[in-house]
Amino acid sequence: MTHRPTPIEPENIGRLIAERIHDPRLRGNLARATTTSLVKRAAVVADYDDWESMRAVAHDIKRHVLDHADDYLARFERQATAAGATVHFAGDAEDASRLICEIAARHGRRVAVKSKSMTGEEIDLTHALERAGLETIETDLGEYIIQLAEEPPSHITAPALHKSRGEIGQLFSEKLGIEYSDDPERLTEVARAVLREDFLRADVGVSGVNFAIAESGTLCIVENEGNARLSTTLPRVHIAVMGFEKLLPDFETLSLFLNLLGRSATGQRLTCYTSLITGPRRADEHDGPDELHIVILDNGRARLLADAALREALLCIRCGACLNVCPVYQKIGGHGYGSIYPGPIGSVITPIFRGETRAAGLPFASSLCGACADICPVHIDLHHLLLTWRARISGKRKGKWTERLIMWTFVRVAARTALFDLAGRLLRVFGPLLRSRDGGLRVPIWSDTRTFPAPPPRSFKQCWRADQERPS
Amino acid sequence: MKVSLFIPCLTDQFFPDSGMRMLRVLERLGHEVSYDPRQTCCGQPAFNTGYHHEAETLARKFLDIFDRDGAEYIVAPSGSCVTMVAQFYGRMLELPAPYAEAADRVRGRVREFTSFLVDVLGVTDVGAHFAERVTVHDSCHALRELRIKRQPRALLERVEGLELVEMDAAEVCCGFGGTFAVKYADVSAAMAEEKVDSIIRSGATVVTGVDSSCLMQIDGMLRRRGSSVRTLHIAEILGSIS
Repeated sequence: MTHRPTPIEPENIGRLIAERIHDPRLRGNLARATTTSLVKRAAVVADYDDWESMRAVAHDIKRHVLDHADDYLARFERQATAAGATVHFAGDAEDASRLICEIAARHGRRVAVKSKSMTGEEIDLTHALERAGLETIETDLGEYIIQLAEEPPSHITAPALHKSRGEIGQLFSEKLGIEYSDDPERLTEVARAVLREDFLRADVGVSGVNFAIAESGTLCIVENEGNARLSTTLPRVHIAVMGFEKLLPDFETLSLFLNLLGRSATGQRLTCYTSLITGPRRADEHDGPDELHIVILDNGRARLLADAALREALLCIRCGACLNVCPVYQKIGGHGYGSIYPGPIGSVITPIFRGETRAAGLPFASSLCGACADICPVHIDLHHLLLTWRARISGKRKGKWTERLIMWTFVRVAARTALFDLAGRLLRVFGPLLRSRDGGLRVPIWSDTRTFPAPPPRSFKQCWRADQERPS
Repeated sequence: MKVSLFIPCLTDQFFPDSGMRMLRVLERLGHEVSYDPRQTCCGQPAFNTGYHHEAETLARKFLDIFDRDGAEYIVAPSGSCVTMVAQFYGRMLELPAPYAEAADRVRGRVREFTSFLVDVLGVTDVGAHFAERVTVHDSCHALRELRIKRQPRALLERVEGLELVEMDAAEVCCGFGGTFAVKYADVSAAMAEEKVDSIIRSGATVVTGVDSSCLMQIDGMLRRRGSSVRTLHIAEILGSIS
């Protein structure tokens, strides 16, 4: 009997977590990978004694760009067009996919190589290209691994973070028919050999964008494997997809963001490759595509921009540090959330992309510890944005009726001191009836995993009253 | 100095000793301590779960009591409930006009217990004696919203007989998170397990902190594991005299 896996969709969050939380192998993989990332990050963040002010400046720059999004977007479009690129605007995921597939499939083009792009994942681009009849190959090693495994990415910057090298070795041996090895160098060599052929026969290269420079119409793409540079220079057509929040004013600000991004994402001072792409190949250049298409995606971003309480989410530079540091992410991994963007930032933006009914569970899947806000290189108060979502979701009566009843009752009782004191006294009298074997109280759900304290004989108020009556 | 006690609902019903010990420490330092028995809950459980309308009801009750208590400071044995009042009242929790102003006034007067002792009073030695090996759990709200980290340690370092040891994951969340502890109980428990692992690795015999809610979560997992490590609110340690 084949077991059908739970679809990785946000409305399945409860089941997805239940399937993962007791998986020691996954927990081990997650713990190893996130700990390594955090240790490496801390080592290079220590380069600066003004890291905090760098975060603050980066925050302000992005706020400024968002406050003047129309101006910067117009400027970027003008400059990119002047450099020979074609700029397209897409309203939603479907628009963007259709547009990209149309461009890609023109003139009988058949093979697309894709470098890593979360925006591409957001619009499910790989599947759309395949449906449009293009053979589409993920060229980022992590993306390549999960494409072989037929899984979505589980992390913003490290898509296969949930897999150990042993699991990757198994997968390669199964899917590529090679001898099993868990040596990362050997596995990388295998992928490199396969992918090199794909780069050479590809007609179209598809990429994401890390930063878009308004003053010059330049795209900045950072990576470590060189696959993005190959994807954007070897094929005759390069299609780049980005949300408009990737805009930066100029090169001067770019340097700050590169310093923040590499350190926060992978613990690198600078990634191995930083590509700056201004237009397609010019007449006097040897390398580069004949055509450069830049697809700028809205997909709810304009709505987020207009939403004063949540717009800070658009500051995100997709480094993934908030995932690494999140104790919930560390336990359930990216697939546990059921959303393409997992972790704290994912729980803030997914209700926009997927609708707040389907993603209603996400803003609650956090202990609100705030470690995410502390590590965020552009200082987004992620845990406060989660609180904003909670208010919207519970405020619209989307919580379970039992929860609403408990809240209503608790507040009615706590609003009247006499009732509150009476409830306390009842708890003390009848509490012993709820005693469980571990000496605590039997409290639904809580007691399954932890002991719940038995109430003490007297409340604080009773102790205080006794104390007052004591002759001094 | 006139000090008014803010005793959170959880402290009132489940951890009265931490409240009483806090009272004793403040009295021993010579302060005039008052307590208004009309108080119940600041509304955090409702706010935290997104029920702002319900939270507002309790916020108004709280402000009615504390805005006119005549004390210079309002002191609570909790970083979390102080965060609710100091950071969220009138900001993330919108309040109607007279209460928004009351929230602004109260914000400046409300302090978490260890922060009150160290930052306001400048006291680190409260004359306590407690001969155990103690480790401190940094509660998230205290640590990240109120920036309380050195205050409890400064106080514990001056406790006679006490050996302070650090656990490796002091700043990692215990997994409580209010209703999160029940809504995502398995994740919450998994977080508590890692916290408890770190506590046990530290070799401490007692784990302490500034919030009874986190300590309840930690204690729940320690008991379930059958560990001999005890949990005590920091006020209980600072209130111990030989």
